[in-house]
Amino acid sequence: MDNTTKRWRTIDIVVASVIAVAFGVIFWAWGLVWSATEGAFAFFPPAQTLLYGVWLMPAVIGGLVIRKPGAALYCETVAAVLSALLGSQWAGTVIPQGIVQGIGAELAFAAFRYRSFRLPTAVFAGALTGLSAALFDFFVWNVDYALTDYRIPYALLTIVSATVIAGAGGWLLTRALANTGVLDRFPAGRNRALI
Amino acid sequence: MISIEPVAAPDAPLARRNPVAKVAAALVFSFTLLATLDPVAPAIAIALELAVLPLFGIRYRVLARRAWPLMLSAAGILVTLVLFAADRSGRVLLDAGPVLVSTGVLMTALGLVLRVFAVALPGVIVFATTDPTDLADALIQNAKAPARFAIGALAAFRLVPLLGQEWQMISMARRARGVDAGRNPVAKLRLFTSTAFALLVGAIRRGTRLAVAMDARGFDAGTPRTVARRQHFTRADALLIAGAFVLAGAALTTSILLGVFRPLIS
Amino acid sequence: MLLGPSGAGKSTLLSALAGLLPEDSGEQEGTVEIDGLDPRKGRERVGIVFQDPETQLVMARCGDDVAFGLENRGVPADEIWPRVDEALHRVGFPYPRDRHTAALSGGEQQRLALAGALALRPALLLLDEPTANLDPAGADLVRHAVAGALDADTTLILVEHRVAEALPLVDRVVVLEPGGGVRADGTPEAVFAAHGAALAAEGVWVPGHPIAPRAATAGPGELLLTADRLGLPPRLGSTDLAVRAGEALAVRGPNGAGKSTLALLLGGLLRPGSGRVTASAELAGADHRTPPHRWRAPALARRIGSVFQDPEHQFVTSTVFDELALGPRRTGQPETVVKETVAGLLDRLRLARLAAANPYTLSGGEARRLSVATALATAPRLLICDEPTFGQDRRTWQELVDLFADLRDAGHGVVAVTHDADFVAALADRTVTLRRATDDHR
Ligand SMILES: Nc1ncnc2c1ncn2[C@@H]1O[C@H](COP(=O)(O)OP(=O)(O)OP(=O)(O)O)[C@@H](O)[C@H]1O
Ligand SMILES: Nc1ncnc2c1ncn2[C@@H]1O[C@H](COP(=O)(O)OP(=O)(O)OP(=O)(O)O)[C@@H](O)[C@H]1O
Ligand SMILES: [Mg+2]
Ligand SMILES: [Mg+2]
Repeated sequence: MDNTTKRWRTIDIVVASVIAVAFGVIFWAWGLVWSATEGAFAFFPPAQTLLYGVWLMPAVIGGLVIRKPGAALYCETVAAVLSALLGSQWAGTVIPQGIVQGIGAELAFAAFRYRSFRLPTAVFAGALTGLSAALFDFFVWNVDYALTDYRIPYALLTIVSATVIAGAGGWLLTRALANTGVLDRFPAGRNRALI
Repeated sequence: MISIEPVAAPDAPLARRNPVAKVAAALVFSFTLLATLDPVAPAIAIALELAVLPLFGIRYRVLARRAWPLMLSAAGILVTLVLFAADRSGRVLLDAGPVLVSTGVLMTALGLVLRVFAVALPGVIVFATTDPTDLADALIQNAKAPARFAIGALAAFRLVPLLGQEWQMISMARRARGVDAGRNPVAKLRLFTSTAFALLVGAIRRGTRLAVAMDARGFDAGTPRTVARRQHFTRADALLIAGAFVLAGAALTTSILLGVFRPLIS
Repeated sequence: MLLGPSGAGKSTLLSALAGLLPEDSGEQEGTVEIDGLDPRKGRERVGIVFQDPETQLVMARCGDDVAFGLENRGVPADEIWPRVDEALHRVGFPYPRDRHTAALSGGEQQRLALAGALALRPALLLLDEPTANLDPAGADLVRHAVAGALDADTTLILVEHRVAEALPLVDRVVVLEPGGGVRADGTPEAVFAAHGAALAAEGVWVPGHPIAPRAATAGPGELLLTADRLGLPPRLGSTDLAVRAGEALAVRGPNGAGKSTLALLLGGLLRPGSGRVTASAELAGADHRTPPHRWRAPALARRIGSVFQDPEHQFVTSTVFDELALGPRRTGQPETVVKETVAGLLDRLRLARLAAANPYTLSGGEARRLSVATALATAPRLLICDEPTFGQDRRTWQELVDLFADLRDAGHGVVAVTHDADFVAALADRTVTLRRATDDHR
């Protein structure tokens, strides 16, 4: 890969940001539509891990769509800053957390030297974001819970959820987006025309 | 309605500080506090946070409204701890199968709940008083963040309220076509997914057009940018960060001196 | 001025002139030069305003948005604000610099976008349908701003579907041929004298070629829907209204008057803030005691069809065929009837060729026709359309007028929200004009 294609175009920057922002709005709408579940989740956080992967989707999708070094990290970070600005309950801490999660996916894409964006890469990226998210929670938030009954199952569930929802789900979503034609100016959308 | 504008009086003494300094101060304060699991340090920190609130120009009522989801988390922590606490020592108050309430569990819960509040509030306060444009300007001018990325993200943030309206538009359009979920949760989930997808598609399309419009006005043309709005990083801003560190350190020291300090990694 | 039927490539040509065509998609033939330079390098000298103002505003505050281009060009910091103020003054922008861009109406956004282009002092100014979604007064203001901003060494290239109003701004007309090439080039008088009739037949709006009005063939019938002191503060002030079968009602009013809000309220999609909407037994049968916004969606779709201001908001499925079949399926029609209905609509609206296409990939005109067709698919007794003719060429426009007129003459009620005076003249039996409810708030 040469230098000109590694440089981010304006459209890469703006669309990566917009993907992150759109997910912020979708999470907001989730709260609106499912206010009941929000309460249930808050009262029983382990249930929340099942959907943890949804929160990690911007990282994987950013990487799959933009296909430039730093895309996954950038998307997840912007998503985190946005939720802080929107007044997320975790405000400040959500930003370092977003960075940690973004690094997970970023490492996966880097491991394939930003050349492969197929399903296995996406699943791997999902698993690694899940792993980094799980590690963050394991050491920062969950120290006071029972190790075998809670901390380890919680971490494993986070990784499974991230692999399935963020990894495989993110890949399917990217393909669906490409089919609508909005990604025509990205490599992810051009594959569609060739197939 | 969804909005990312600040909710505080903009000319309060601390709200006026450089946005980068404010965010840095919040992070320093929060991360110092993460180091302990005891209830004393966070309690002191919360008292300090509430004391400086007027200096940020935020009214207590506004903070309560912004921070209410924290109440839910607090309740969640209690339930989860009752089921899964690592430390179940102390006098047992209630024992019913997996549910075990003891004084040790309650102490841990108190510590965790206070910790969540103490760590989250600085961020809530700072972002409630920070305008995204100012934050992007300060990141570029004072934190040497790459201008293209900061401005690109800022342009996308402007779409947040528009996308919020778009969500409602899409929902109405579906209803007009005879699509509704009624009370069926599966149908509700499917409707939610397809609405979210439509929103994402529309957002990317908007982003593509926005990027072209930005290029048309010379964004990323290679000319060095000038700045129309200057952000200054003054000694007062440095003091704010130092102050945050000193105050959080003082809270930790107190808990160490009282002998209740419980380090995160032991 | 650039003219040509929808899809002739007018917008594409403007993008090429501004050096904005993507390098990475499509094939390119021929060259464009700006002052002898490749337009990608000559961008400095070109200012462009696109059709949709909302997507070209970059910053959250109006002054910052105008300053954005100046910052990019490296204008020294102390020159920026005087130039911003001058540009805002030239377009007659009424608010201070720190006004939020989200709080502007469509017309004000358009003026702000124009100021953003003018502040750069371009030698070549490109405007793509700058008045398409403005009320007549707002469109006038924008044209005045353009006229005032032009001086001896500024070249203007303007794309407009509605030629007549823009003619005073231009001294040359170029007509593009769909598929490539130039059809005609010369002074407006010469071009319209030589090619007027042929162009009009192809879909170009040519002054002096009016479209025959379609007046109602019979008087209005039964009452369908009534609005009593209907309002939704602060978007819409209290409004009284009645719609009858066999009548076409036009709703007009300035940008921000609440027309779209009214359409959504009448369509049973928004809950009224004050007053109420009542459906007659003729329209709603046994349900006439509950207001439309409480009906279940399939029942609503069978009775009232809504066409939104933005067609893309209306698309739910991934092919044109499914899109049209959705409504009939949801209202419980058997599959054979669904197929028949869809085939009929595809034919009628010239969409048959596109049955398998993805709705999001359609051109503007096609998307608009599809959104009207989806509302018709459930054969609602009452049809409510928001800006059905905006951005359409003459041919699509004519088809829409005929379609609505046929519906009305078959005893349906038609409500059309529109800024389009020609459309009102051609179709409407009655006009309701809204005024802004909250003029002083904005
Ligand atoms: N990104 C694209 N990919 C493929 N085809 C495109 C793309 N953009 C435009 N087209 C096609 O190119 C043709 C010219 O489009 P253009 O938008 O320039 O038309 P126009 O003359 O401005 O029409 P209108 O009056 O409807 O705005 C159309 O047939 C359109 O479908
Ligand atoms: N979802 C919303 N939330 C809050 N305010 C809104 C919303 N939608 C529109 N408004 C405001 O309500 C007012 C009426 O809007 P509406 O879209 O009904 O106007 P309109 O008459 O259709 O204008 P136009 O001619 O520009 O389409 C405007 O001031 C607008 O800014
Ligand atoms: Mg066009
Ligand atoms: Mg409207």
